[in-house]
Amino acid sequence: MDSGELLAALGRSVAFGTPILLAALGEILAERSGVVNLGVEGMMAVGALAAFVTTQTTGNPVLGVLVGIVAGGIAGMLHAFVSITLRANQFVSGLALSMLGLGIAGLLGKRYEGQPLVASLPEGVFSGLAIALALFLWLVLYLTRAGLTLRSVGENPAAADVLGVNVIRVRYLAVALGGMFAGLAGAFLAVSYRSSWTEGMTNQLGWIAVALTIFVAWDPIRAVFGAFFFGLLYYLAFALQNSGIPSMFLQALPYALVILVLALVALRRRQGAAPEALGVPYQRGLR
Amino acid sequence: MNKPAFRSGRSVFGLRLEYDPSPPARRVGLVLALAIVAAFLAASLIFWAYGVSPVEVYKTLLGDTLGSRVGLAEVLRRAIPLILIGTGLTLALRGQFFNIGAEGQMAMGATAAAGVALFVPLPPPLTLPVMFLAGFMAGGAYALIAAWLKARLGVNEILTTLMLNYIAVYGVLYLVQGPWRGKSLFGFAFTDTFPPQAQLPTLPGTLVHWPTLILGVVLAVLLQVLLTRTTLGYAVRVVGENPKAAQYAGIPIARVVLLVALCSGGAAGLAGVGEVASIHKKLLDPSQITLGYGFTALIVAYLSRGNPILSVLTALLMAVIFAGGDGMKIAFQMPFRVVDVFSGLILLFIIASEPLVNYRLRRKPHG
Amino acid sequence: MAEPLLQLRGITKRFPGVVANDRVDLEVYPGEVLALLGENGAGKSTLISILYGLYRPDEGEIRLEGQPIQIASPRHALELGIGLVPQHPLLVGRHTVAENLALGVGAPLFPAQRIIPQITRISRAYGLQVDPKAQVHTLSPGEKQRVEIVRSLLGGARVLILDEPTSVLTPQEAEALFGVMRELRAAGRSLIFISHKLEEVLGIADRVVVLRRGKVVGGVAAQEATKAQLAELMVGRSVSFERKRQAPSLGGVVLEVEGLAARSARGLEALRGVSFQLRAGEVLGVAGVAGNGQSELIEVLSGLRKASRGAVRLEGQPISANPAQLFKAGVSHIPEDRLGMGTVPSMNVAENLALREYDRPPLARGLLLNPKALEAQARAQVREYAVATPSIYTPTRLLSGGNIQKVILARELSGHPKLILAVHPTYGLDIGATEQVHRVLLEKTYQGAAVLLVSEDLEEILSLSDQVAVLYHGELKGPFPVESVTRESLGLLMTGGTA
Repeated sequence: MDSGELLAALGRSVAFGTPILLAALGEILAERSGVVNLGVEGMMAVGALAAFVTTQTTGNPVLGVLVGIVAGGIAGMLHAFVSITLRANQFVSGLALSMLGLGIAGLLGKRYEGQPLVASLPEGVFSGLAIALALFLWLVLYLTRAGLTLRSVGENPAAADVLGVNVIRVRYLAVALGGMFAGLAGAFLAVSYRSSWTEGMTNQLGWIAVALTIFVAWDPIRAVFGAFFFGLLYYLAFALQNSGIPSMFLQALPYALVILVLALVALRRRQGAAPEALGVPYQRGLR
Repeated sequence: MNKPAFRSGRSVFGLRLEYDPSPPARRVGLVLALAIVAAFLAASLIFWAYGVSPVEVYKTLLGDTLGSRVGLAEVLRRAIPLILIGTGLTLALRGQFFNIGAEGQMAMGATAAAGVALFVPLPPPLTLPVMFLAGFMAGGAYALIAAWLKARLGVNEILTTLMLNYIAVYGVLYLVQGPWRGKSLFGFAFTDTFPPQAQLPTLPGTLVHWPTLILGVVLAVLLQVLLTRTTLGYAVRVVGENPKAAQYAGIPIARVVLLVALCSGGAAGLAGVGEVASIHKKLLDPSQITLGYGFTALIVAYLSRGNPILSVLTALLMAVIFAGGDGMKIAFQMPFRVVDVFSGLILLFIIASEPLVNYRLRRKPHG
Repeated sequence: MAEPLLQLRGITKRFPGVVANDRVDLEVYPGEVLALLGENGAGKSTLISILYGLYRPDEGEIRLEGQPIQIASPRHALELGIGLVPQHPLLVGRHTVAENLALGVGAPLFPAQRIIPQITRISRAYGLQVDPKAQVHTLSPGEKQRVEIVRSLLGGARVLILDEPTSVLTPQEAEALFGVMRELRAAGRSLIFISHKLEEVLGIADRVVVLRRGKVVGGVAAQEATKAQLAELMVGRSVSFERKRQAPSLGGVVLEVEGLAARSARGLEALRGVSFQLRAGEVLGVAGVAGNGQSELIEVLSGLRKASRGAVRLEGQPISANPAQLFKAGVSHIPEDRLGMGTVPSMNVAENLALREYDRPPLARGLLLNPKALEAQARAQVREYAVATPSIYTPTRLLSGGNIQKVILARELSGHPKLILAVHPTYGLDIGATEQVHRVLLEKTYQGAAVLLVSEDLEEILSLSDQVAVLYHGELKGPFPVESVTRESLGLLMTGGTA
């Protein structure tokens, strides 16, 4: 493999990893506030369809991306309402959101199936944006008051509440923003990476992002490396298609790896890094 | 965890919302029914956005299912895997094992059955029983992977069971495209058709493979007895409701989790056997066998609120939607994904309505 | 004295079924320590919650420097100059002290770094030692409390409410806290000190106000008050401080612990070379500040944790690390966490009573449960232990704390145990339930059971035990015969001193 091929391989890995990174950043945001959102896959699908349809009807892919982001945010708000306000089981709510998002996108996207996109955006823009967002999120988390508030809400919401932090609002904001990141990830798939709409085009990337969040210990910078590592795997599955290894094995590889990675993380850390209040609905008790 | 979600005692129009920690079954049923109605109303909006009249959609949905003998048979056929998987998942939920991997377990069950049907020479009357046994073992064993990781290392089973679904898909695809590819149907990713002794009988003129249906109902009854009448069921409930108390009392949690996973995975495996041994009569692309039954069965289990027997009824309800999905596909060119819209909405509305179960409206203020 | 800084007039707060505060009048003057005394459930917590903006009073008025005020939230309370040092610190364990103190008030950028000078200034001014860069979870209870005090002072609190601040402290740490309180008083700040420890109250307070069943039943200057007088005001009748214990008749050795070492859930060494013996009919009280190895000791003895070294013998036989087998061998465990560990709150009373023996006859017939036997057992035990429950089929989560504890006692003690591990058995219970628990435990010893009592309440330990030991940093000091120790000597041992 010469250096040109190597560079190309790297480029493809980054492109494959970009939607994972974007979605994982959103999940990190939500989970840092204490809310697990398993609806990433659904939010991505909704974002992807919204971006595609908007681009197709207006011819403006930038507007498409923005609409995709908003759609992801709205989907996130649904999870926020059910899991934060109604305090339903976060895992089940997220699961339902995944089903619903995939269902709605599949249904409403039927007539766009197979259409060529009128105008697309270059992949590099999204990859650069994703890396910049990761850096930015890290800075916000650790060096600003907003980040301190967010982390505190995820660790000990009662303590934050007593100090006048509006726990519910912070969580809504984090989950909605998380949804917007997922929407952006979906939009990237629709208007740049694939430049088309097909049902199921999110291809479980949202779930990989959820696993990645645990794997990188809720750290945005580590998420960059983790996402591009998974990107490399997808690239390899694609590049080794004609190498004699049955392609089914290569395609199953990322999923097997998720399980392996989760097991390794559990072996090493015993969930030490998870935000303390993760998955627990907040309710103002008697102090 | 179970504290009031809303402050009680606020009164509007002379009515008060009162917290009631132990609601009667009647109210639970009513709230669930309302949640389902609300989910259908919300789905109407989506159909309207799709450009078809919701009234037409529901007419088709009901007409194609409950409106004719053919439709009813279709509902029954769809109910079979949902009953099997749903009862198993009901048990799993009772033991706090969130098994999202029924699709994969079903595929594994189907594969094991196909292996027996195609490659294991057996006396004909033994073939089907051995297929079911193998299917149960395969589905159960597949669920055990996630259960073991949970019990041993504390790995969240939601992600692992889900990932195992996709691994199963590719694994089976490999088999049907490679070593198991049929000789008679050359060029297709199928195995050969099962020999006659490996095919299940169906009710005449329908696809209702009644032996599997009976198996499902029997399993539901058995699991109900297991949960409520046996020491093992008691242990499952304690582990599910309060693992720390289980530990305190010396109940072997890991073993209980493994057992629950084995049963629920095994039940999904049985469902897979039923489908390949009757509807398909061969092994093929697993997504065409499982069709999302494993996800829809989650709602079956959720609606049954921990009672395996009730899950027979809730499976019939979801089977109407599943069967209706076919009708809508034809009538409105909708993708089969439309079933997911219903599933997602119903699940959302059920969990959203959960807090309401614990409230009652009262006229007079309490003293 | 001058104008009151804070004045409460006719404060009434009702909850369904109870009047938590009934026309409470209270004044707090600048530069004084006001002690608020009362039993559990006397209305202290409610009153604090009102002052701290967590509850709105149904009736009555609060005045600050003569002006009527409405306290909308804890944040608002602090803005008005009312700070609370809660009993259980509300801090983020994984954040540093500075990050905790910057939460909600810090600068938009670099909030933690920029608040450090202020922390240093306050901690110097009042002798409050805190390390701003330390992770909170590494701090001792006393240090966490200081962080909470610094927080109130950073917010400019003129009235500082300390909610049972000494309950988590050793006597020596408490003394240090009193030093800080005196400094604050000298600086003109007002302190409201909540406690039910009479000695402390008389030692530090200027005035004492006693609450009983939501009402103020008395207010006296601390100099003129006596312990007996305050105690009577508190409980409404003369109470005796006698030992409850009759002379025991001791039998053979039931439990033998030799050189026991164990690691905590975090993998740190939690028990180091613990050795003691316990004889039939004997009560061994283990005192110590929480987190010094008590949990690990109980976990090893009840089969929930494996020892890393050493031997534990029950009647001469090594014990297994299996709670079910240990229970069968005669080890009962009354756990600290009643709802989280001792019961399954969503299951009913009868089922909870079956938790230990559900898989054995008569409760089980082969693999099947025997509902008749469950019912019969439940009816008998509910009657014997006077559990107040609507029915034996009521979920235990609907019972009061005292009745949940009775369910646990009934289950653990009905089968004539040889060894009873009782962990904070009366924590949070009312006087009636506390007395029942004590009576039942002692009765069991007269029937030949050995009791290992872990408690933070020295009063309880001294009044029930025959032998007393102290756990400090995983080491067991003692056991000593109860006659040879005093509160003070135990306090010293709890802080690593020698008696």
